[in-house]
Order: sequence, then structure tokens, then C-alpha cells
Amino acid sequence: MTMLVLLEHDCGEITEAAREALTAARILGDSLGESIDAVAIGAGADDVVDEAGRFGADTVHVVSHDLLTDYGPDAWAEALAQLADDADADVVMSVGTDRGNEVMAQMAARIDAPFVANCTEIDTDDDPWSVTRVQWGGSLLEDVTLTADRKLVTYAHHAVAAEPADAAGDATVETFEPDLDESVTVTMIADRDVLSQGITLSTSPVVVSGGRGVGSADAFAPLEELAELLGGVVGCSRAVTNNGWRPHSDQVGQTGTRIAPEIYIATGISGAIQHWVGAMASKRILAINTDPEANMVSKADYAVIADLHKVVPAISAEIRRRRGA
Amino acid sequence: MSELRVLCCVKRVPAPGARINVTDDGQAVETAHLGFTTSPHEECAVEEAVQLVETNGGAVTVLTLGPPEAEEQLRYAASVGATDLVLVPIEDGLAAWDPQRTASALADAIQAIEADGGPFDLIMFGNESADSGGFQVGVRVARALGRPIVNGIKGTELDGDQIVARRAIDGGFEVYRLPRPAVLGVKEGINLPRYPTMKGRLASKKADMQVRDIAAGAGGQAMVQLKRPAETVKETRILGTDETAAAAIVDLLEEIGVLGGTQ
Repeated sequence: MTMLVLLEHDCGEITEAAREALTAARILGDSLGESIDAVAIGAGADDVVDEAGRFGADTVHVVSHDLLTDYGPDAWAEALAQLADDADADVVMSVGTDRGNEVMAQMAARIDAPFVANCTEIDTDDDPWSVTRVQWGGSLLEDVTLTADRKLVTYAHHAVAAEPADAAGDATVETFEPDLDESVTVTMIADRDVLSQGITLSTSPVVVSGGRGVGSADAFAPLEELAELLGGVVGCSRAVTNNGWRPHSDQVGQTGTRIAPEIYIATGISGAIQHWVGAMASKRILAINTDPEANMVSKADYAVIADLHKVVPAISAEIRRRRGA
Repeated sequence: MSELRVLCCVKRVPAPGARINVTDDGQAVETAHLGFTTSPHEECAVEEAVQLVETNGGAVTVLTLGPPEAEEQLRYAASVGATDLVLVPIEDGLAAWDPQRTASALADAIQAIEADGGPFDLIMFGNESADSGGFQVGVRVARALGRPIVNGIKGTELDGDQIVARRAIDGGFEVYRLPRPAVLGVKEGINLPRYPTMKGRLASKKADMQVRDIAAGAGGQAMVQLKRPAETVKETRILGTDETAAAAIVDLLEEIGVLGGTQ
């Protein structure tokens, strides 16, 4: 019996999700009494072995093939499915990122097995397993049973914080060459367009967001000014993108970007569920709103009950004053 | 090139506001005071399909598996440009429709529609549904139909016989080139869906809707119950009620070490 842990990497650059996957796998491995067999697929797979060992992988299966030149859902899933057969895996798990869920869904479709996405807790005492998973982007939880000989699951991204293993050692490397043909390259990345290399909404330590209360596209200028002073970026709610005031790439929420800044400054945002699930991982939230009853205000750590159009410029002015400019 | 045939699969979901409640028996979302809508990614899929046929010629079919009331979401799609509507009605609640069962029924329905009307060049799903969020139905259907699929798509264009699909990643895009016929899982942000016109609304009432009964067996994931996550009660510190709060806010920014910023 073997538990395979798919490591997400981009041409050899390991992702935070891969570290999370290994951390979650240690919890699952303990309850199952299984060791951790990590899987790194394709070009650059060798480069993630050391980090995988540091996060508790006992073995890293380095999966290589001439056709595995970049990421592609079919290529990765086919390789993973073949390795699972070869290793007689009873569990295959990863973390529910875009790629994690995509590859696991592809593998599940190949073997016609269930796949439970975005789990938060997994109870392996009985078979079927009892699993808790995320619905509505995290506003609701669903308890399900999972019945399968080969169980496929992803943990919800950020459900487990990545921690290096206490007794980390060098992982044993095993190589595996799947039997692939050209058909798997149909869905492989053909090209990449890099738009920005600086901080982005998902990585910025400060996000200054506006909602319907901002009132217009032009009225975002003071928010941009404040964000720039703080070395942060501007975000917005779904109401704002639906009104065409900001591009969708600025949207924080269930169908936008999930953020986790040191501080989230939410101005003129009521805090509907759709928005909240994108903002809830913020370390601190400051809400600026005229409505003291707004959901965002009651969920915030700090609040100012006032007109954002007056408060936001006042913050920028105060920062400038203290900097002596 | 002949005209494009595009299919969009959509899901009817509740439209929640500030809070989602669960029924007493834990089997469903409490919808007594909620309206319903099309799951956001799929509303964008319909818009994308309509734009593609506006540019290239063709027609858009919209398919949903859901209760009879899901006709409302099909008619809405017709009001913004879809021409053919297909409902796969279900008697039991959506909770009984795990991802494998749903995908199996949709694949059968698509094969039946294609047997009558010809193959689709492109099938679009939402990346994941707003409610159950299984992240797999589109992939399973594509696999059953033997067609390629890429998820997370925020841009499409036609280039000869290829579909160029762009997937948003942090700070840029991955570009995929798929042969037709293909399947895409799209995300909100790919476009800004239009609002229906009065003419569109009137036409949607008359649009023909096919009803196809499809049976499918349960898969290996079974719902036990829905529950709300444990709520962390937060004490909100009020820093002020006018712009003089700026001083306290900047104190806070300094305290947490984000005041460095760009000078």
C-alpha cells in the first residue's frame, strides 16, 4: 500500500502548495501508517527533491519522459495514473490549486474513480472514509463519505499551513518513466505571457480595496495613491468589476483572487459571502464604511465608521506628513 | 469553415448575500429567502460563447441538469443570445448528484444532442460551480467524449482550426492551443457579461426548450450533511468616526510594519 503525494512545481520551481501537500500528507500518513511517496513530474522534477525531503517526503518519484517538457493536465495525469498502478497506490493526494484539482480530476476521469476536492479534514478510521470538504469557496462545509479502492483527494489550499518536518532527512529518489504518446501533448502549455513580475494581488503585503461605496472608476484614484504609498496594490469587490470600474484581475473574492496580506483595507465594501471568502485569510482587516452594521465591519479587526472619500485621502496625507514630505 | 456550434453547460445556484444558512436537516442550503442565479463562471461561459458566434457565425446551445425551475437559467441565457435550450430534469435534490453521476448524465445528454444536431466545435463549462465546487465535472465529461480540456481559462480566440485559450496565473497567462472539437473550463473575468435587452427577454420566452430525461448511477462520493464552519467571533476595534481617525490608522500601519512602503 502506498500514498502518493503530487508535488506542484513550475519547471523545477517548487510551489508553496507542494509544501502544503507534504505537510498535509504527514497528517494523513500518520493516521494511515503509511510513508510519504512524493511525485515530481516532468522537466525540472530533480530540482524539487531536496525541498521535498525537508518537508517530510520519504521517497520522491522523479517522473521523466521526453514528452514531459512542461505542464499539461493530460500529460501529468497520465503519468501519475501509471505511477499509481506501478506503485499499487491506495491513496493519491495533492492540494486544491488550479493545477492540483485539474490533474486529480483528469486522473479520476481516467480510472473512473471518485475524487474529493478541497478537503479540510479526513477521517481514515473506517472505510469508506469520512471527509469534510469546502463548498461555496469556504463559507460552507460538506461532510461526505468516500468509497474507492484508490482514493483521490486534494486538501483545500491554505487549509494546512506548510511546516518543515521535525525529523526531515534526505528523500530516496526513484525514477519512473511512463509510457506516453504524442496525444498527451495536446493540452500542454504552448506559450507563456508574463505581464508583471512585481507584487501582485495574491502576494502583496497591503491591499487597499474599494466596493460599491467608492462610486465610480475615477473615485479609485485616492485608493491607488494610498496603495502606492504603502507599497501595496488596489483590489475591489465583484460589484465594482460588474460595473466596469476596475478590471477583473483586481477582484478579491470567491470568483476572483484569494488574498492573504498583512493588512487588508476594505473601503465601501459591504462584505457579501462572495467577497469575504477571498479576503478571510488576511492577517488583519481594517474596514472603512459609513454603515456600522455592514458585514465587513463586524468581521473586521479594526473599523472606521466614516466616509471613505474623506478618510482615505486623510490617511495618505498623514503618511506624507510623518515622512516629512 | 462551417459555422461554429458552441455548447455551454450551466448550473442553477442560490444567490446568497452576507450569509449562507443550512436547512435543519443539513441536506441543503436554506433558500426560502434567496433568489437563484447562474453560477458566475458559467454566466461568463455563455457570454464568451455568444461573443464567439457573433464574431465567427454559428449558434449557442445551453444545457443544464437541475430541477424543473432551472428553466429560468436557460431562459436567461436565451435572453443574452443563446438559441437552443436543453434541460435534463432531476427529481431528487442536487445533493444526490455527485460529480461522477452528474458528469455521466451530461456526457450522455451531449451525445444525444449531437446525434440529432451535429457535433459541437466547442463545449464550455464553468471552472467550478459556485455552490458544490467539485472541480471535475467538465473534465470528466471531456474525457468521456474523448476531447481535450483545459481549465481556468480567461481568454479564448479562434486561430484557424485551433482554439487558443489563455489561463491566468500570478502575473501573466499560460497559453494553450487546442484542436477542435475541444472543451474549456472558464473563469469569471474572461469577459463582462451583458445584461439582457427587452427584445432579448421577449425572445427568450418563446425560445424552444428540449427536455431530455437521462438516468445515471451514483459515484463514490456521497453527501452526508452540510454545515457552517465554526464562527470566530471578532471584537472589532473602532478607530474613529471621521477622517481624524487617520492618525490612529497610520499608528496601526506603523505598528505592523507596513509603513516602509515606497517613499
